[in-house]
Amino acid sequence: MALPKRIIKETERLMADPAPGISATPHDDNLRYFDVIIAGPNQSPFEGGVFKLELFLPEDYPMAPPKVRFMTKIYHPNIDKLGRICLDILKDKWSPALQIRTVLLSVQALLSSPNPDDPLANDVAQHWKENENAAIQTAQEWTRKYATA
Amino acid sequence: MSAGTISEDEFEGSSDYDENDFEDDDEDESDTEFGQTGDMGFQDMITEKQRKKAYEVDFSVLPLADIMAAQTSAASHVSGILGVSLQQATALLRSFKWNKERLVERYMDHSQEILNQAGIVLDDVHTPVLKRPRGFVCMICFDDSSAGPALGLRCGHVFCQPCYEQYLTQKIVEEGECRRILCPESGCNTIVDEETIKKAVQPTVIAKYQQLQDRAYVADLDNLRWCPAPNCENAIDCRLPHSSFKTVVPTVLCACGYKFCFGCGLGDHQPAACGLVKMWQKKCADDSETANWISAHTKECGKCLSTIEKNGGCNHMTCRKCKYEFCWVCMGPWSEHGTSWYNCNRFEETSSTDARDQQAKSRASLERYLHYYNRFANHEHSAKLDRDLYTKTEKKMEEMQRTSDLSWIEVQFLKKAVDVLTSCRMTLRWTYAFAFYLARNNMTDLFEDNQRDLEVAVEALSELLEKPIEREKIAELRQQVLDKTVYVGSRREVVLEDTAKGLAEGRWEFFVDFSK
Repeated sequence: MALPKRIIKETERLMADPAPGISATPHDDNLRYFDVIIAGPNQSPFEGGVFKLELFLPEDYPMAPPKVRFMTKIYHPNIDKLGRICLDILKDKWSPALQIRTVLLSVQALLSSPNPDDPLANDVAQHWKENENAAIQTAQEWTRKYATA
Repeated sequence: MSAGTISEDEFEGSSDYDENDFEDDDEDESDTEFGQTGDMGFQDMITEKQRKKAYEVDFSVLPLADIMAAQTSAASHVSGILGVSLQQATALLRSFKWNKERLVERYMDHSQEILNQAGIVLDDVHTPVLKRPRGFVCMICFDDSSAGPALGLRCGHVFCQPCYEQYLTQKIVEEGECRRILCPESGCNTIVDEETIKKAVQPTVIAKYQQLQDRAYVADLDNLRWCPAPNCENAIDCRLPHSSFKTVVPTVLCACGYKFCFGCGLGDHQPAACGLVKMWQKKCADDSETANWISAHTKECGKCLSTIEKNGGCNHMTCRKCKYEFCWVCMGPWSEHGTSWYNCNRFEETSSTDARDQQAKSRASLERYLHYYNRFANHEHSAKLDRDLYTKTEKKMEEMQRTSDLSWIEVQFLKKAVDVLTSCRMTLRWTYAFAFYLARNNMTDLFEDNQRDLEVAVEALSELLEKPIEREKIAELRQQVLDKTVYVGSRREVVLEDTAKGLAEGRWEFFVDFSK
């Protein structure tokens, strides 16, 4: 099937004018599949880390949300060990007016402000709530260990 | 035959109780607003009471048209009170789950808040945008061509018509959403109103939307439930509070002929209450009884713990797997049996006694379950056979019309007999689930007497129906079948009446608690 104009344009804009700290590159053989790299935001436990993600635009995109998953191990209450992300706009709050860029910016923002009250990884969230400093330290260690190129 | 005490008329009235019921109720309902907890006229209450049996509940059948009409009528009432349009009133009612009183009350105090909640703007000066503004780019498809219609709500978020249509279609058809479809813009809480939806999408999608709304209406109201029969579009209106379903079995009969429980939606399961039915079905479905069977019929090898079933032969066992030789009776090693081979004399030793006690207990509990389950399943099976019988019966009826001077009306007794037989089997079936959970006491004995009477009567009628028809004996057979049919029906009534009263009075003692 031909790629919709929306995806072509979005990809062009992403390449021409990437968001700071984010890069998304489509695969040559599948233009709906993107390799994403997000830099750990400053002043976050993930600072200095480089996180790989995969992003896939399903058949009914943009009516349905893209599928996004972390490939790099990360210690975060809203991201589980399979890299699945708990983010409202990737589920029921999805709007067809959102784009790859806005989704990735939201993921980046999630790294800056973890939300242990709506957890995906329960053990991490509990750690975060009980002893935030220790949790942040673990997150920093994981960032050093798994997310530095 | 004891059927003599019950006149034909009485019996007829009882088996057809619901037909009369719902027709009367239908007429009552059309004046009152059935969407609300309206009450019946006093006069109706009295006549209802006189006619009603202990195991019957009041209900009415609502065809789809009535469901739609009820929504319109509730909306027009509200629109009159609140001075809003019919469509706005519908949206308001929907956001209040059709609770008219609460809506009107809350609206008086917090009208703006409630309007916002339902996504309604009264003096709608910002009529939806329909033309494509200059230099417009649709943020869904990124199309920047200058032609073609566009659409936007009063929030000002405009998208091109095809995208809007695709979005709404996706929401309605794929996601089954009809209550709150929001503007496609991210984070915008403006609700796409019905009028806009109907303008934007295809007629098939509008039909689906309407269907979803009717479904939501029935789902929103506690006193309504769809008839679960395939292709039946009726809903049942039953005003009993759901909390009463612990002591009442709310069996209703749809106009399509399907009889089911209003409480849980399963097929008729009188006299067992919903909670008990759920527990019984779970028990029948899960593995616990398999495990029970295994523990009752098998033993484990004393050495390698393989499960062994002894299906014959002597007590000298040799494990197939590890070749361990042991005695099936005492489970001790065979070597210790010394010279008393094939005649275990270690029977009374404590360790083996314990093992046997445990086995005896689980065997007894299994036997008890199987006793009830077999009878439950048997009636289910027989009911299926009855359906075959029914087709046979139809042939018989034709045959009788040809071979005798009986008219079509006169041969109807066979169909009637099969109908009664089927419903009695359904009842009998659930009496076994009911009895399984009953604690052993005098009440239970009485119940089982009633159950037995019904069962005997049912089997007698069943036997009678399978008899070959002989020409000269038709009149006699007809009389016999009629008598038996009436008798069976009356026995069923006795069981249902007694169990329903007992439930209401809390007379039955169950050894489990299913009231949760």
